[in-house]
This record gives sequence, C-alpha cells and structure tokens, in this order.
Amino acid sequence: MSIPFAYNLRNLVVRKTTTIMTALGIALTVAVLLAILALVSGLRSTLSVSGDPLHVLVLRKGSDSELVSVFLRSQFQDLKFKSGIALGRDGQPLASMEVVTIMILEGADRSEGSNFTVRGLPPAGIEMRRNVHLVRGRWFQQGQREVVVGKAIADRFPQAQVGKKVRFGRGDWEIVGVFDASGGAQSSEVWGDLFQVSSDLQRVDAVSSGLVTATDPVTAKALVASLNDDQRLGVKAMLEKDYYDQQTSSAKPIESVGLIVAIIMAIGSSFAAMNTMYAAVARRAREVGTLRVLGFSKGSILISFLVESALLSGLGGLLGCMLAMPLNGITTAIGNNTFSETAFAFHVTPQIMLTGIIFAVALGSVGGLFPARMAARKQILTALREG
Amino acid sequence: MFRYLPLVLKNAWRNKRRTTLTVASIGISMCLLGVMIAMFHAFYLSNPSPEQALRLVTRNRVSFTVFIPLSYRDQIEHVPGVRAVTVANWFGGVYKDDRDPKNNFARFAIEPEKLFRIYGEFRMPEDQQKAFIRDRTGCIVGRDLANLFHFQVGDRLHIVGSVFPGDYEFTIRGIFDSPRNSEIMYFNTEYMEQSMPENRRGNVIMYYILIDDPSHAGRISNAIDALFANATNQTKTETAQAFGVAFLALLGNIKMFLIGISAAVMFTILLVSANTMAMSARERVREVGILKTLGFSPGSILGMILGEACAISIAGGAIGYLISTQLLRLVIKSPFGGYMPPMSVFQMPVALTCVFIAAAIGAMSSFVPAMGASRTTIVAALRSTD
Repeated sequence: MSIPFAYNLRNLVVRKTTTIMTALGIALTVAVLLAILALVSGLRSTLSVSGDPLHVLVLRKGSDSELVSVFLRSQFQDLKFKSGIALGRDGQPLASMEVVTIMILEGADRSEGSNFTVRGLPPAGIEMRRNVHLVRGRWFQQGQREVVVGKAIADRFPQAQVGKKVRFGRGDWEIVGVFDASGGAQSSEVWGDLFQVSSDLQRVDAVSSGLVTATDPVTAKALVASLNDDQRLGVKAMLEKDYYDQQTSSAKPIESVGLIVAIIMAIGSSFAAMNTMYAAVARRAREVGTLRVLGFSKGSILISFLVESALLSGLGGLLGCMLAMPLNGITTAIGNNTFSETAFAFHVTPQIMLTGIIFAVALGSVGGLFPARMAARKQILTALREG
Repeated sequence: MFRYLPLVLKNAWRNKRRTTLTVASIGISMCLLGVMIAMFHAFYLSNPSPEQALRLVTRNRVSFTVFIPLSYRDQIEHVPGVRAVTVANWFGGVYKDDRDPKNNFARFAIEPEKLFRIYGEFRMPEDQQKAFIRDRTGCIVGRDLANLFHFQVGDRLHIVGSVFPGDYEFTIRGIFDSPRNSEIMYFNTEYMEQSMPENRRGNVIMYYILIDDPSHAGRISNAIDALFANATNQTKTETAQAFGVAFLALLGNIKMFLIGISAAVMFTILLVSANTMAMSARERVREVGILKTLGFSPGSILGMILGEACAISIAGGAIGYLISTQLLRLVIKSPFGGYMPPMSVFQMPVALTCVFIAAAIGAMSSFVPAMGASRTTIVAALRSTD
C-alpha cells in the first residue's frame, strides 16, 4: 500500500520557508534554461516564416550568403526564362534580381550602432513576397532615392520613420513607408529601388542574388535541381526556406553556452534539493518509524520521499515558468550570416514550459534519491528512538 | 571576534553532510560565476597585453563586410606614430567540406613581410619566415590548427574562394606559435589579388596597424579616420581589443547575457546558503539559549552565526573559483577563445571578486536567522523543543 499523497503535500506546506527557498533556487535554474530555449525558438519561428516554400534563391557558386554573392545581369536573363516559374500580374515571370548591402543605424541601446541589411529590388520582388505588406506610407518609386523600412527597425529606431532620412552608400535616402513581413526576418531590412541602390553601389551589372517563384512546391524542388546542374549558368540554387533555416545556426553559440550554464546550475540545484530532503528525512525519523510500524513497506517510504522531492522541484519548475513568462514577446536582435541584425521575439511556448518542468522534476528526483533511500533503510527501532 | 573562530568552524562542520552539500552546491554555481566574471573582466575592464595595445584595426565605418580601397594603405602609413600597416582580408572560402565546422578555421590574406612585425608575439623559425615571404603561394598555420589537421611544413592546402572567388592551392611554409588560440591560417594577399578579375582588385576588408606607443592609440585612430572623413568609404579605426569586443557583440548582446546569467547564479547561491543557515539555526535555538545563559552577548551570537555562513560560502566560493579557472582554460582553448581578448587563467581581481561575493552572500543569507537568534530571550530559547 502506498502512503497518501496528501502526506507529502502537507509536509511541504508545514516547512514553507525551506520549501519556498529550495523551489526558488530550482526556479532560477529553470528560468535560465527557459530563457535560452525561448530565444532559440523565437529565432527559429522568425526564420521559418521568412522563407517562402515556392521561392528559389540563386547565389553564386560557393556563396553562403547574399552579401558575399555576385549574380550577373546576364545570368538573370537566362534564369528568368527557365520553365516552372510562375507568372505575375503583368504576365512576366515572377523573377527578381536583388542587390544586398549593409547600412548602419546609430542605436538607442548600442553606441557603435547596429547594422541592417539594405535590399535593392524591382517591383516583381515585392509582388513575389506574399507575406509582406505596407503598414504606413507608400512603396518607394522607381528611379527615386527612396526607401521603405521594415517594421522591426521602425519600432526600435526613432530616426527610421516616414519622412526622415537615412544614410547609406553615397548619400541620404528618404523613408517613404514602413512594411511588415508578418514576423519574418525581412522586417529587419531596408528596401529600395533596384536600379537606384545598385548604381549607388556601382554594381549595376553584378548584383547579389536572384529570386524566382515556382508554380508549386514540387516544381520549386525540380527548379533547384535543374539550376544546380546547369553548368553554363554556374550558380548555386536553393529553396529560400532552406536558406533561412540554415541561419538558425547563428543562435548556436548562445544555445550551447546557455545549455551548459543550465546544466551546471542544475547540478548545483540538485545538491540543494538533496540538502533539503536530507533535512526532511532527519526531522521525520520518528514519523518514518511510525509509518513502518503501521505496516507501510520500505518501498512505499522510498517512493513517498521521492514523490515529495519531485513535488518540491515541480513547484520550482512552475515558479521558473512564471519567472520566464514575462520574456514572452520581448523583442531582441541577433547577428545573422551577413553580420547585420535580425530582430525576433522570445517565444515561451507551452512545449518549452513543459520541458522546463520535466527538467526540474528530473533534477529534483536525482537530488531526492539518496535521502529517500536513507529513509527507507532506517531500522524501525532506531528510527523511533531518534529525534 | 576571531576568538570564536574555532567555535564557528566547529559549528560549521557539525552537520558534515549538510555542509558538504551546501559547499558543493555553492561551489558549482560559483564556478559559473567565476567564468562570467573573468570574461566580463577581460571584455570590458582589462588592460590589453603589451602587444595587443600597440595594434589598431581600420575597417569600413558601416561594416567590415563592406570593402575599403587598397589605396588607403599608403595614406595610413604616413600618419605620424604608425610603424607598420598590413592588409588583412578575411578570406572565407571552403576547405574540403564546409558542413564540418572543424573545416571553417579562420583564413586571412596578409602581407608576409609585415605580419611578424605587427604580431610581435608570434614565434616561428627564421628560415620558415623567409620561405613564407619568398613563396607567393605559401601560407603559414598556427600550432593549434597544425595539430588539429596534422599539418606539416610542405603540405598542400586546397581552398575554394567565396567572398574572393577563385581556386587556391597553398603550400604550408611554416607553423607559428601564439599565446592565444591559433586555429588560423595566413597567406600572401598578393596571391589573392593576382587571382582576381581586374575589376575586383584593390578591395580590402581591414588594415592591421602597429603604432609606436599605446597612449597614442586614440590620437592615431582619429587621425586615420579624419583622412577619409569626406571619402565615399569612411573608415573606423579602433584598438584591436575594442574591435574584438565589437565583433563578438554581433553574436548578440554579450553584456546582457553575462549580467543576466550572473544575477541568476548569485541569487541561486543566496537561496541555497540561506536555506542551509535557516535549517541550522532552527536546530540550535536551545543551544543559543545556553550560550546566552553562559554570558555570550547578542552581538557575539549574531557574529558567530554570520561567521558560520561566511565560512561555508567562502569555502564554496574558493572551490568554485578553482573549478572556474579550469573551465576558463577550456573556454580559452575553444574556437570561441580566438575572438576573445587574451586573458590569463588566474587573475587576482577576479579571484578577489569571487571571494568577496561569496562572503557577502554568506552574510546576507544568514542575516535573518542570525538576528532572530540574537534577539530571542533566554527563557524562550531554552523552552524550544525543536
């Protein structure tokens, strides 16, 4: 027969100071773990909505990012008329030739300024991106030194508003609008007219990349394969989705450092839990003896103390979730593969919280194992005589 | 106060298992804190090494992903206080298979005759240096990189360019030793320049500059940036150390990260220590009553309990610090360590900070139970049955 659950619960309530302090210690460990997981999950979700499964991105062979890639106008002419490319409103293939560079904005929170991706693109490039829409102002006009800025930039930088000017390349550009990419990484970009930007960079004939929309996902895959096999074109093609998925690796250093920190803290917390449980066993030696006299087996005593320890740490896990909750939705930024910033929000998902609670219960159970074994092994007579 | 030290230590060691577990718990948390403090110290507070203090880095003001012209070199060389300038192009490229992170070691195109002048701390035999300067397609690798791939002088390396296109075949002409992580390869920028199409020559990512005196760093940096203030490509010149910190900052907000984790760790230690002290004070209420009967003043009882907590947390802090030096050794040797300012494993300010934090946490954690114990009346204390 097992010892009633309420027995453990009441014990935790009776020693509330110790319970709360131990649980809070575990809660902090869990909160650190959750913060790291929420950061990585936020970045993943931003990047996963950034790539359209129908889009095929074309870079120069050997290039890993648009910034270091060179894509020639002559290559674009060949690319545009490949089969499998969807047609736009004007009956032309949905293909965009884009030039990418970097600009600097003096930051509110960083004195040396933050870097952002600047993209020069033709009207087809905007039409292709189905997740992008204008939230303020208007789109840039062709042939004008005008730009629109992503919402993530406009939200964080007071100088990046409609009507103001930003500086990159050879001079000032007027901001005429703000666009939103529905949570995608494009919200951290500045867009301008392809010809204006590329001539400013003196890269009219050698831009950065090409982007085409395939008619359907299967065609998109076939298009990638046929472009990569095309020796004459000499380009590297990939699904835009895969391109952004690869960028999750920019969170790898923080993720691995964070996990190591959480694990080391967990070892420390499990020692603390062990301490608390040893104290609980010592104080209740006579109770343990009484329970044994009443006929509870060694096994049920072991389980009872383990359950209590798991309960204690589970409480810590819950508190940890509560500590990490306010992080949800906070925007932060991380350097991407072009050394500019991608803004994203922390995502504290239910799944992450569950991971945190399981982590807490696991570390508490490990900490409770030895004290519980000690309690179970006590001789009835000596136990009754103690205390 | 120190009269009671033996008693304090005896009390601390009374419940051996509890003290051991507390010290272990504090020690483990403290080792994290030690690493964080050492890194924070190295990034934001430390003085650069004598060699590092003499080096400046010039790059495009916007980003080091945007080029500056090769023609800037001669102008920089003429700035008073500048001793030597070399082109330093981060080359990128692909060695074998870039999906294996091991193959993504740093590769820089530099000017061989100047490298060893600017990096005075690099050690390489004279004949290897000469061979490197003579062979335009030569390269040199750091000891760590050579050990990783079992490279030997005379081996060939094939690298496909990315930022700078082309197929490159290098011959290893030397292996150098560096006090820092040296998973790095240097080769002659001339080889790269000649391999590129006409319209892509003359592009530079960075200049490494050796100056005459560390105290002139600010003046020389400003003088260099002023040269190009009205050019299309404006420059940003900073010390090599500041550059390293700025580079790492691209990974994310390092400062916030360090401070956030340190705060969480400190608070955890506080809780662990407070819990132990509360448990131990609760057990000894009657004992406190006896001490008071014997004539111990409330003040000395307060001091004894605070002292006990400090003794335990300082022991934890000291052990934690010792573990942290070993962890730091691993961090420095990791690829990540190559970007960090050079730092020694043992640093007095870091050690003192760790011990001080441990002592402060010990005192804070036991303050409530200690006050309680010193204030209870003798009768109440003696009557306690707990």
